[in-house]
Amino acid sequence: MEMEPAMSYVKSLKSRESGQEYPIEPRTVCDIDFSPVEVAYDYKAMQGNVTRQSIEAGPLSLWRYKDLLPIEGEPKAGLHSGWTPLVKADKLAAELGVKELYIKDDSANYPSFSYKDRVVSVAITKAIEFGFDTVGCASTGNLAHSVAAHAAAAGLHTFVMVPHDLEAGKMVGMSVFGPKVVRIAGNYDDVNRLCSQIADKYNWAIVNVNLRPFYTEGAKTHGFEIAEQLGWKLPQHTVLPVAGGTILPKVNKAYKEFIRLGLVDDNSPVIHGAQAQGCNPITTAIEEGEEIFRPQKPKTIAKSIAIGNPADGYYVIKDILNSGGWAASATDPEIIDAIKLLARTQGIFTEPAGGTTLACAIKLIQSGKIPKDESICVCITGNGLKTLEVMENQFQAAPVIKAKIKEFDEVIVQGNNAAATA
Amino acid sequence: MTTTSTIIPVAIPTALRAQVDGQSQLEIPGDSVKAVLESINTQYPDLGKRLFKTEGELNRFINIYVNDEDIRFLDNLDTAAKAGDELAIVPAIAGG
Repeated sequence: MEMEPAMSYVKSLKSRESGQEYPIEPRTVCDIDFSPVEVAYDYKAMQGNVTRQSIEAGPLSLWRYKDLLPIEGEPKAGLHSGWTPLVKADKLAAELGVKELYIKDDSANYPSFSYKDRVVSVAITKAIEFGFDTVGCASTGNLAHSVAAHAAAAGLHTFVMVPHDLEAGKMVGMSVFGPKVVRIAGNYDDVNRLCSQIADKYNWAIVNVNLRPFYTEGAKTHGFEIAEQLGWKLPQHTVLPVAGGTILPKVNKAYKEFIRLGLVDDNSPVIHGAQAQGCNPITTAIEEGEEIFRPQKPKTIAKSIAIGNPADGYYVIKDILNSGGWAASATDPEIIDAIKLLARTQGIFTEPAGGTTLACAIKLIQSGKIPKDESICVCITGNGLKTLEVMENQFQAAPVIKAKIKEFDEVIVQGNNAAATA
Repeated sequence: MTTTSTIIPVAIPTALRAQVDGQSQLEIPGDSVKAVLESINTQYPDLGKRLFKTEGELNRFINIYVNDEDIRFLDNLDTAAKAGDELAIVPAIAGG
């Protein structure tokens, strides 16, 4: 008789440093050395059961990778999240003089238009499995938006903690779902420290604190999708933004898991990091050859990635360098230019984090860190409609004309602005 | 023995309370972060060995705050501690 596939391939939580194992429970760090704990899986049991076919038979959402995610039962959130477009960006490639370029476009993620819908789908499912009735997060905006949306749909109480000065689109975007919004006088790192103390005091599921090991696993689905949508192969170069340092190591882990399961060939994929010049502790450490970064006080228009003290910064540096990758930083004007370039060439409107990632990819191409004849994937993690403020004054206001064909001919076709009378 | 050192309140996170008999806050003498942490090390060696990676080098998975500011933006372990200051030990792995 054939063995039934296991309900879940999750084994334990395991410290990344001491190797100490813990049961599956709300937990952020190892008791011995405070290092992060990570979900460990039984990859042997997956062999032959987790296949291209088994994945392709799954739903068109991030839950098609359920066997590689840390949930026990059926998904309880984000049933329509993930499976965002992988766009072959030929016009942008031509502009940059590279052969093969892809955009993984999480600006189209459902329901809150950023990569955060991936991590939150897993975290909210896990919060329900653990029996929590209240969830929360420390956020630069996109995470709060996503947590508020998914928690509303799941019927959970919600507290979202954010810096006081976020963009209007993000504040409205999260508030509409009815969470308790806590605006904190300080930057994200202040919010994060307070959130750690809140998680320590109240028995709530703070998705990126005490549910963090489960939450971060959701970020792997960004990488799984790139590989599957590319026809079960890996891009040679992947450029990812670095804020708290969640997505980069997890996309790296996703690639390694697919290689280990024999789902893709091992092409030694190279991972690169992107940061804003006004908040670049990881890029600085890599450029200076340091394995430990120095925290910074962020000052950039890329607020969603303005994290000066990244929790997983140490692992980001390690994963980038081990893969043979590098990191770059982009100034505010370079970020705006890249937002416009992506819009003009591919019809995709991203937020400053995405502008940062593309601007840094361009720098890495120009410096030769990314060879022009190798395949490249640029990861776009957020949507420009949520950060309209940064595009203010970027475009000349169009003249207003009367609804008369004569005025259209003169002002619009002939370009005589002075003829506009409206 | 008399001491003129300032007493600094130190907030202890749940995960480290087992090493300090369940206390959520300690009252520790010291005129700098280093002096306070060294006093902790003397009084509670089990906690001390979790705070430091090697002698003089903090465990990178722990952040120390004085009045809610990360000591890496101040003078690190040499940051002065005076009457009224509050020190907090907070696990570094969170957020993002």
